[in-house]
Amino acid sequence: MLIFIAKRLGLAIMVAFTVSFISFTLLFLAGDPAAALAGETASGEDIEAIRKLYGFDRPMLVQYFDWLLSAVQGDFGESYYFRLPVSSLIVERLSVTMTLGVCGITFALLTAVPLGVAAAIRPNSLIDRLALFLSVAGQAMPSFWFGLILIVIFAIQLGWLPPSGASSPMHFIMPTIVLGYYAMPAIMRLTRAGMLEVLSSEYIRTARAKGASEGRVLFRHALRNAIIPVVSLAAVQMGFMLGGSIVVESIFALHGAGYLAWESIARNDLPTVQALILVFSMFYIVFTFLADVLNAWLDPRMRSS
Amino acid sequence: MKPSWLKSSIAGLALVAAAGAASAEKANDTLRVAFTKELENVDSFFNSSREGVVLQRAIWDGLIYRDPVTNEYTGNLATSWEWIDDTTLELKLREGVTFHNGEPFNADDVVYTVNFVSKEENGVKTQRNVNWMESAEKIDDYTVRINLKDKFPAAIEFLSGPVSMYPDQYYAEVGPSGMGLEPVGTGPYKVVSVVPGQHFVLEKNENYHDSPKGQPEVTNIDIRTIPDVNTQMAELFSGSLDVIWQVPADQAEKLAEMGQFTVKNESTMRVGYLSMDAAGRSGDTPFSDLRVRQAVNHAINRQELVDALLKGKSKVVWTPCFPSQFGCEQDAAQTYEYDPEKAKALLAEAGYPDGFTTELYAYRNREYAEAIISYLNAVGIKTDFKFLQYSALRELNMKGDVPLAFLTWGSFSINDASAMVSQFFKHGSLDDARDDQVLADLNVADSSTDPEQRIEHYAKAIKRITEQAYWAPMFSYNTNYVFTNEVEYTPTADEVLRFTTMSWK
Repeated sequence: MLIFIAKRLGLAIMVAFTVSFISFTLLFLAGDPAAALAGETASGEDIEAIRKLYGFDRPMLVQYFDWLLSAVQGDFGESYYFRLPVSSLIVERLSVTMTLGVCGITFALLTAVPLGVAAAIRPNSLIDRLALFLSVAGQAMPSFWFGLILIVIFAIQLGWLPPSGASSPMHFIMPTIVLGYYAMPAIMRLTRAGMLEVLSSEYIRTARAKGASEGRVLFRHALRNAIIPVVSLAAVQMGFMLGGSIVVESIFALHGAGYLAWESIARNDLPTVQALILVFSMFYIVFTFLADVLNAWLDPRMRSS
Repeated sequence: MKPSWLKSSIAGLALVAAAGAASAEKANDTLRVAFTKELENVDSFFNSSREGVVLQRAIWDGLIYRDPVTNEYTGNLATSWEWIDDTTLELKLREGVTFHNGEPFNADDVVYTVNFVSKEENGVKTQRNVNWMESAEKIDDYTVRINLKDKFPAAIEFLSGPVSMYPDQYYAEVGPSGMGLEPVGTGPYKVVSVVPGQHFVLEKNENYHDSPKGQPEVTNIDIRTIPDVNTQMAELFSGSLDVIWQVPADQAEKLAEMGQFTVKNESTMRVGYLSMDAAGRSGDTPFSDLRVRQAVNHAINRQELVDALLKGKSKVVWTPCFPSQFGCEQDAAQTYEYDPEKAKALLAEAGYPDGFTTELYAYRNREYAEAIISYLNAVGIKTDFKFLQYSALRELNMKGDVPLAFLTWGSFSINDASAMVSQFFKHGSLDDARDDQVLADLNVADSSTDPEQRIEHYAKAIKRITEQAYWAPMFSYNTNYVFTNEVEYTPTADEVLRFTTMSWK
């Protein structure tokens, strides 16, 4: 088992660096980093000066391995844009994004799983239709639109919540709902489908015949099996939320890592983008790994595979 | 990109919902302002954004001050100045001024600042702002000399603009990164806190010297970065912001209709233009034919663009510089009335009776670019439209791979024609005209210390550039400022938000 984990970790690190190498190449193809750094008001001479200053005139491979050598020592360099250490920048921005991501996925699971279970217990009932409506609406509404509608209702009209910012827990309520609602439909439908399948299976009938209580049947036997694919999906969703909450962070002026990644790409802030890509890919790897462990605990048959 | 109808409908909804904006922070004497862009570094020598200029004018002072209305120069940290010769400027400094950290201001600060920023290896972001200075020397505690590398008539303009004075001891100790996190200047506002890129809190400098900027009135300025303009509007409606700026025309119009806010429109120095590859750097291109370039100039209805899209105080521009800039002689420019038939005739004459197809590049204001495309299509010029990130377009531009581009230039708010026309027509990497006659005139105009001679040669260059139709200059930009009815402010035409002149009603 330990050898298996070590192998997987080794592979994960290889994947992360492959991703970083490809992204490094792509960033160089996307535009002249010196021109981006110099900004809109720079002259050709300014840009040339910056090219020399940052060593963009060296071969790309040399630049990549330079970066790699520092990165493995935990030094991600200095942000070209902010002139601050990338590591401190990312730590600060990640705290916002992590808070938002954890709240978002929690909100999504707390609404989607009960709804999915309820919809599966009574197919075609009112609750099933409501769940279907909510999931279709969630998939159809663009995040930025939903976010602004919430702001209009809860911040402007009712005055209950602050429109944007991150200085108190109250500030996270609307962004959490928007981000969580984005992930909710898929989780809910997977829960519902899984539950429907499990509830019609032999062992559930057996459990009921043995006189187990309905609650025990549902949660101990059915949900435990139905939730397995949901765990894997939630892990991927969580990874996505950390890197992909750009729109929500922009609307609610949260200045998290997602927004930082987006802006840094536009600004060709290479050290920041590279470090973020590495961090995000690591998150994906960690989450899927944790999901496997959790699934192994839920389903003993998976442990031997 | 968000569809504009959706944005409008949200704005409309917000207007309906804004039952009554809460009162401003007048009670706490705190003015809350929004920035749209994350400012990279508060150290004014190490950023190149508009937000940076706004903070620079609040936190620091220059040696000289230019009145934004009359354009007259007066002393700020210097009380007087004189040219010793063409490349030596001697300044007498104001006595009794202290920096926010208590350091007294004197010649050592000027010498340190100038000597630091003028060295290219120190990496000042916009080299053009500082690389005309060779060094500075101290004559006595309150007299300095600035030595120029070469004759540079715009020196006074630069000293009143981007060149601020820094405290020598503190700057030597903390450098640009430290200055960015805990800025110290002599300006009307002290910095209380900086969260990089996100949040800036300023406080009135009670000991501000008798500066031409005037004394600050509002005690606290709280600036938050809010990237989305719709969110900024929501903050305004809910009473948690007092001032927003750079508001798009359609949103500003809606806000003006509400009556709860003051909406003021003011010109900026940014000019939008089409550049054409007259020199043929991008290969065999129709634009190397004068008649084709004239056709493009005749094809565009500039007034309609201004009236329908830019609105406000935007104006049609015929010069390769902003009209208020010194040397930007309007009379020298050849103008091209909107005449699609004439454009078609010129194209036919040039051998393109059925028009031709060209790549057209742009990096901002997609809607303006699309309007321009429809004018070009109407006379037979078909376009393959490429909308890129600024840095990517700039790179292509420098390589000479761009036959036709819709570009803009803001001159860094420098009120001198050299900041625009000389930027693009002196055979540098961005010059698609490469006209020797223009180069010769600009060389004289850029280095002469005789104002009359400068005007004469800028006029010659402008005449030649416009007669040869190297560009199709189109319009100036404007910006909208929106604030609550409790705020009193008159914006200026240089797009610098001045906290010092803001007050409560």
